[in-house]
Amino acid sequence: MGFVWGPGDLLAYETQYKPTGICHCPFVHVVRKDEDIYSPILRKLFNESHHIFVGLQNMKDDVPSKNKKHQYVTHVSKNYRSVIRACMEETHSQLKTASDIIPRWFECMFIRQVSILLAVELIWNLCEVLFIEAAPAGSLLLHLLDWVRLHKADVDEKAQEVLQSECPAEHQAYWDVTVCYILQGRIDEARQILLKQASQQPAARVTFKLMDSLLMKMPIYNPGGTQTLTEFDVKWRRWHQECDRCLQDNSFASHPHLELICKILVGDEDTLLEQREHLSTWYHFLVTRLLYCHPTVKPTELHYYAQASMDMFLDGRSAPEPLDSILLAAFEFDIHQVIKDCSIALNNWWFVAHLTDLLDHCKLLQSHNLHFGSNLREFLLLEYASGLFTHHSLWQLAVDYFDHCPEFGRVYLELQIERVPLDTERKALKVLRICEQRQMAEQVRSICKIMAKKALRNNRLGSALSWSIRAKDAAFATLISERFLQDYCTHGTFSDLDLIDNLGSAMLLSDRLTFLGKYREFHKLYAEKQFAEAARLLLSLMTAKIAPRSFWMTLLTDALPLLEQKQVIFSADQTYELMHCLEELTTEHSQQLTTKIELLRLALARNLALAIVKEGTLEA
Amino acid sequence: MFVARSIAADHKDLIHDVSYDFHGRRMATCSSDQSVKVWDKSESGEWHCTASWKTHSGSVWRVTWAHPEFGQVLASCSFDRTAAVWEEIVGESNDKQRGQSHWIKRTTLVDSRTSVTDVKFAPKHMGLMLTTCSADGVVRIYEAPDVMNLSQWSLQHEISSKLSCSCISWNPSSSRAHPPMIAVGSDDSCVTYGGKVQIYEYNENTRKYAKAETLMTVTDPVHDLAFAPNLGRSFHVLAVATKDVRIFKLMPMRKETATSSGPTKFEVQIMAQFDHHNSQVWRVSWNITSTLLASSGDDGCVRLWKANYMDNWKCTGILKGDGSPVIGSSGQPVALSAAGGSSALASQNALNGVMAGRYFFPPLDPPWAGSRYAHLLPPPSLIEQTCESESSRSQQTLLRRRFSGPALHSLPEKEGV
Repeated sequence: MGFVWGPGDLLAYETQYKPTGICHCPFVHVVRKDEDIYSPILRKLFNESHHIFVGLQNMKDDVPSKNKKHQYVTHVSKNYRSVIRACMEETHSQLKTASDIIPRWFECMFIRQVSILLAVELIWNLCEVLFIEAAPAGSLLLHLLDWVRLHKADVDEKAQEVLQSECPAEHQAYWDVTVCYILQGRIDEARQILLKQASQQPAARVTFKLMDSLLMKMPIYNPGGTQTLTEFDVKWRRWHQECDRCLQDNSFASHPHLELICKILVGDEDTLLEQREHLSTWYHFLVTRLLYCHPTVKPTELHYYAQASMDMFLDGRSAPEPLDSILLAAFEFDIHQVIKDCSIALNNWWFVAHLTDLLDHCKLLQSHNLHFGSNLREFLLLEYASGLFTHHSLWQLAVDYFDHCPEFGRVYLELQIERVPLDTERKALKVLRICEQRQMAEQVRSICKIMAKKALRNNRLGSALSWSIRAKDAAFATLISERFLQDYCTHGTFSDLDLIDNLGSAMLLSDRLTFLGKYREFHKLYAEKQFAEAARLLLSLMTAKIAPRSFWMTLLTDALPLLEQKQVIFSADQTYELMHCLEELTTEHSQQLTTKIELLRLALARNLALAIVKEGTLEA
Repeated sequence: MFVARSIAADHKDLIHDVSYDFHGRRMATCSSDQSVKVWDKSESGEWHCTASWKTHSGSVWRVTWAHPEFGQVLASCSFDRTAAVWEEIVGESNDKQRGQSHWIKRTTLVDSRTSVTDVKFAPKHMGLMLTTCSADGVVRIYEAPDVMNLSQWSLQHEISSKLSCSCISWNPSSSRAHPPMIAVGSDDSCVTYGGKVQIYEYNENTRKYAKAETLMTVTDPVHDLAFAPNLGRSFHVLAVATKDVRIFKLMPMRKETATSSGPTKFEVQIMAQFDHHNSQVWRVSWNITSTLLASSGDDGCVRLWKANYMDNWKCTGILKGDGSPVIGSSGQPVALSAAGGSSALASQNALNGVMAGRYFFPPLDPPWAGSRYAHLLPPPSLIEQTCESESSRSQQTLLRRRFSGPALHSLPEKEGV
């Protein structure tokens, strides 16, 4: 069995030994990694997050104060999350509208993608709360509640359904919704919905009123307020005791639903665990438990409650899944473990690369004793960008990621960019621009050379010449100039006149190219009837040895019509020189094209005579 | 990892080598059926065979592409003791319509008196140079002085390594600090001959290649080796396929005097060594940025190796003979939502302080190892052919395949992760 690496991180390899002679034709398999790169769903995610990433990298200059910087980073984190959400919602709506058209496997893939995105957003959000916002005791719980509410949004749907029904109080899901509100700490909403029930049951008015006042009195910590955490704690304890008292004196005994709510309010663990259906996850259980038992939990105590809640909630019913371990690691503030587990469990590098970059920008990796933090960031970014590079259009995003990897970014970019297939001139120019902006001289040269070679193979001489001028490839320019001249000899015309006319200083790249340019200049002068100028140029091409010897005969033939003109164009001296050139040529190549040479000699002699006469008369 | 596509190669015999062109849009295959095929990738990503021709009068061992700066050029080497250079010419219009291209032989290099076992183009900054090595232990370096005329190649250097050569690799570094360097591997099975990997370096003063280093620790036959892209580092990284996979770090030592003309001395370190194939390793190869090393062995698997940001090497993937990845049983990487295998995530990786890679691989079930062994047995036709067209190396592998069966049963990933 053998294999080979391809540039697109493709691995083709052949099986060498087939099972006993069933088919005799060996197969080559194309194996690809990073399948997510090719996912149409994630394309948008990659594109959008790229802008945010670039914005974050440029942060240092704009934001001076530390406080502002923190705000900005939080803002960036939220942006990332909203991109994930947008991507998810779009996929969802696509799935809904087109569910009957798309094939089954495609639908499965979509659903899988959405569930992964959901998990990613969940983790990101938690990391944002714990690491980036780094909320202190008190407000920490508020953030966690927001986190749970955001990710258990099915309550809202159900509530909508209940409220829109004809008689909400008698709807079968009425109490489910109420309990869910309580579990999520949405007290105001719970009170409102309870009012509806109270109006239906005038007999139990007192009980409902008692519950309402309990709920109303529930203290909520206000981080912006003047109240200190200790004051809040005292207040909360008093309220807790009151709830407990209500439970003890059986105030709600007549009404099982209200009694259940009251039990939740005092944070009775068994009652909470009975609500497993409504909580659905251990982290929801954790947050609810914190809300009604330890509202002033400190960040450092979190991991203890998290572990305990997970054990209690799962209770050996199911093993923890990768997602659970990742969240648990986050609650333990073990950033490294979170990143590690995510890179193993997730299908692509997008999440870890962006999250690590963000955390590195908050200097969080160092403060968590991860001294190789910037290495880790670069490692993950390089992996992510390399993956992007295998895609036929996303590779352009990868360039910016490489730019922000100080250690190996440039080398990676150099290695990757020269492998981008140069299918069209437009693509080649795009790649070229990227290389030129970064002063990658060697890559620029190589790309131009490849393009020149390609153009020549397809007989597009003009394009080949311009590419080889860009590559500053003298040998190749010489070769192409030669081809131009050959073509001229056989067809009598030049192709790609624009290019040759506008060579300018590029002409000096090679002798042959200089000649080509000058020779074309001669033709132009001749066409414009500036014969004296043309004659001088023609002669200088030969005497200054710019013209290759093989081309002299053509040049001399070009001189013929000038010699045959009525007025004298070549002076006597110039004619001598022309004659000299002709002699040089004839002694080298013995007696070829004799008629042509005879003709030339005759013309030269005649011209000489005329010139001498003319010059003599002028002097006299 | 997933199989994006499978292509029926349509060779009449074993494929010995597959080679991607620089941009990954073309592919060349060579086979014991003495032919080379060129495949082109269409817009839709499908591969079409655009040329197939008989190249040699023996098994074609290796085929390789020149850098596109030199045009569309291939080199092949064969059991028939020759290496050849091929160039694609733009054919007649009806050829193009049929989607066929035309390759013509530019030269045959006939200097070797034994089977030519490997052929490689030198890094492009050295010009158009071709290197061959042969079973009689000679490495030859040819140069095309005029890149426009591929029919003229002059033999520039002949290096005698004294051991039967099986593979060569150029150091791709184009840094001025690194003179041209080539590593040569030998498949000589005599253990007493010592190091099977030799490193030669070009000396500006003598204008010759001189031996700079022999990796004395590699005493078993070597079937492939590969320098990693340099990435601007001062040291070099070389992967070697022998009875296991080894990764060496070669650090040039500072020369005492600026005028000293001897070859660079190296401090050789072994960065990693993997015996997971548990059998002869045949190929090693780096991806372009050298973040991944792949190796294949007689266990019928391709294994992928990756270093993390702390330079710890780990196995990050295994591919079976049919190209499908060995990941659990589902063939899908374990996503967050998927149940099962999670204990492995929690325990195995948590125990280990470093990141193992993106996927994790539960140990394979032993029961089906038996069937896999059957899968590995070569077809009978192969055994008949061995006397003429196959070298002794196939004979050896046959024996190995026959008797190394039980060793394949347990894949030692457990120890590695």
